Amino acid sequence: MKHKHYQQIEENIYTDTLSNGLRVFILPKQEMAKTFAIFTTNYGSIDQSFVPLNEQDVQTVPDGIAHFLEHKLFEKEDRDVFQDFSKLGASANAFTSFTKTAYLFSATSKVKESLQTLVDFVQDPYFSEQSVEKEKGIIAQEIRMYDDQPDWRAFFGTIKSLYHHHPVQIDIAGTVESIHNITKDDLYTCYHTFYHPNNMVLCIAGNVDPEETMAFIKENQDQKDFEAPEPITRKFPDEPKEVAEKELTITMPVSVPKALVGIKESVIPDNPKAFMEKEWLMDIVLDHLFSKSGVAYERLYEEGLIDQSFSSESHLERNFGFSIIGGNTKDPEKLAQGIKQELLNIQSTSMDYQSFERIKRKKIGQLLRAMNSLEFIANQYTHYQLLGIDFFDSIEWLENLTHADMQDFTQNWIKEEQLSTCFVKADE
Amino acid sequence: MTETLEQIIPREGYDLHLIHTKKFKTIHLSLKFTSNLTRENITKRALLPYILQQGTKNYPTAIQLRQHLDELYGTVLAVDSSKKGENHIFTIRLELPNEQYIAGSQDLLDKGIAFLQEIIYQPKLVDQAFDPKIVAREKETLRSKIESLKEDKMSLANTRMIEEMCKEEAYRLRVHGYEEDLDKITAEDLYSYYQQILSQDHLDIFVVGDIEGLDVEGKITALVEERQQQPIEKAMKVTKDSEQTLIEEDDIKQAKLHFGYRTNITFNDGDYPALHVFNGLFGGFPSSKLFMNVREKHSLAYYAASRIESHKGLMFVFSGIAPEQYEKAKTIILEQMEQMRNGEFSDNQLSETKEMTVNQLRETLDNPQGMIELHYQSVLAKSSITPDQLLQKVETVTKEQVINVANKIKLDTIYLLTSKEAEQSEA
Repeated sequence: MKHKHYQQIEENIYTDTLSNGLRVFILPKQEMAKTFAIFTTNYGSIDQSFVPLNEQDVQTVPDGIAHFLEHKLFEKEDRDVFQDFSKLGASANAFTSFTKTAYLFSATSKVKESLQTLVDFVQDPYFSEQSVEKEKGIIAQEIRMYDDQPDWRAFFGTIKSLYHHHPVQIDIAGTVESIHNITKDDLYTCYHTFYHPNNMVLCIAGNVDPEETMAFIKENQDQKDFEAPEPITRKFPDEPKEVAEKELTITMPVSVPKALVGIKESVIPDNPKAFMEKEWLMDIVLDHLFSKSGVAYERLYEEGLIDQSFSSESHLERNFGFSIIGGNTKDPEKLAQGIKQELLNIQSTSMDYQSFERIKRKKIGQLLRAMNSLEFIANQYTHYQLLGIDFFDSIEWLENLTHADMQDFTQNWIKEEQLSTCFVKADE
Repeated sequence: MTETLEQIIPREGYDLHLIHTKKFKTIHLSLKFTSNLTRENITKRALLPYILQQGTKNYPTAIQLRQHLDELYGTVLAVDSSKKGENHIFTIRLELPNEQYIAGSQDLLDKGIAFLQEIIYQPKLVDQAFDPKIVAREKETLRSKIESLKEDKMSLANTRMIEEMCKEEAYRLRVHGYEEDLDKITAEDLYSYYQQILSQDHLDIFVVGDIEGLDVEGKITALVEERQQQPIEKAMKVTKDSEQTLIEEDDIKQAKLHFGYRTNITFNDGDYPALHVFNGLFGGFPSSKLFMNVREKHSLAYYAASRIESHKGLMFVFSGIAPEQYEKAKTIILEQMEQMRNGEFSDNQLSETKEMTVNQLRETLDNPQGMIELHYQSVLAKSSITPDQLLQKVETVTKEQVINVANKIKLDTIYLLTSKEAEQSEA
């Protein structure tokens, strides 16, 4: 087990990679009452075409299957795993994103028992035809709930407008039609391919003793047999640099229309430091323009084009990346035009040295604040670990970014072909 | 667990609550101004948070104000209004990074307090009133906030249910105010009402963080001008003889079926810990009866849950269902309540639920905001119960106490928000 102390933020991380390939990270914080643990597989909604374990050919599975599998893993032949956590007084949950599926719990007592429950249930699947059929009704309700949420529809609409083929454009939960085709065997195929310990990370943060906890996990894993790890072959379609649709309009009952502008990333660095720097720089530049202290925010607000719902966010992953900017507006066309104008002018409307340093300060403060949350620490640590980055080390990279780095970045960041617009409007 | 120390210091005109803890890398300052909910003032109180964030004397525009917060290492300013029971709470809070974790930072706490003082007492003014341009602009912001609330169907259904359920009570009032009031509000009225809040509301100040030795007690005096501390009034408890059912329509695919119950049990009551446990068994967790039966057993809903309101004595049930499943879902939800009244839950379920409830409360104390809110519950209830004492009481709740509570809870209103098509197909 390795131990690393991060002096400035006063945090400690204990790390080990077990013989079956599982990576374990423990961040002790004895002041907290709670312990949070998250068990993550490097497998999400975009991993649709792949070579199943011990097979030769690429197979494509139905949309929404990673999320479906997440739901089904909680159900065992004789019980529902939520109840196991309940019995321990812990609260459990799970989520599926584009690139990850994660199972988690938090507890203030019986932490070892909950840890064992977490690791054991994820490593012991039970899927039956009957339970797969039953789940379809529940997930259909979940999908319909999202269908009624304009913000969700707008977010996915924007992604759809950005991508021609890449599976990031598929709704994470799939569609009522696509999940209908999921079978028990599909679930096992995905499970055996992606839930190998070698493809997973366990991160534990909170009121735990690191040595004891690590020994406990090791012992648990040593009792189980896994096949020798194999590299996973995933297949992604070739995706053009330019957006799929410059403009897309969703019609649904909304009282205030929405306009979102998407930016599609064309170049994604392989090198971890370069990747992370790109992510910080995207964040800093968008902050300079569109945060509440942003220059573009002020202009758009003064023009009466935006309200409190206005926001921007970025996602950068190994093989795709995008940013989305926008919100509610009484004049969707004008807002979209305004945002695009700001983005296309970033080379000329440069951020001065002072602004750059101010925003860096803000980012450092935001990180410290976020570290009050065990969930944030464990989630972020896992997220970047799967990208080959030590999250705490990366804070130093942020501190070392220079104004010149930012200027270089904005020179080549955005071209018009990378931009799309998604509107949500009521039926006239 | 490291000791968390709370000190309550009554001061001239306000109560100061100091919570020293090493859990966080930030220091939190929170001023809570509390008054009765009234139809007359609610929209003004909803509008003020927007105004105060638009500028001060020395930072007269929103962007200057925000950029100054960024300079203070991304200090967060939040101003909002909320209701708890029949109190309206106007909160101004600041979250500063604790500078022991930042290389080269100095006097961050002093700078933060000075800025907070300016935000509260030196807002941007024109002729002894708020800037009329800002007021006009922020009325539009609030107007669009009120509009967009209609899109959150779960919250819309809950708001509509409460309006019908509490028709004659102040609790019916919408915390974000009313569109029709906006035109009447002037910059002068609003400023003079704001002065009234500052001098006449009940005021509590909370400071949370690693604050030992920082002389917070002395520094905080800069945040209060001469004022009189007002008492807090408690909410009206109401009992009704009959239930009502309301069905409304909207452009939605998933119907919202909500239930409003009266527990008439509030934070300070002896039954309160048992009510917490009741709620855990009934609908507070994924292991609860509602989730297990409405969702898991019958696949009727994606969510089905209950929540208690601690200062008025209410309980709400929420579920999202397919419109055609209304009767079936209603029957099953009512059945779960009957089972609770009959004590149809095991000793194991009881002890697990108690453990989860305790777990949840302890987790709340791992979050700075949660810590403040939990302590503030006691303030509103005029109770001296600490969060730790509440935890201990939850641990000793018996099955009889839960059944007793279940039998005190009365159904008041069933509310269904359903799709237009569903109604047509039935006709």
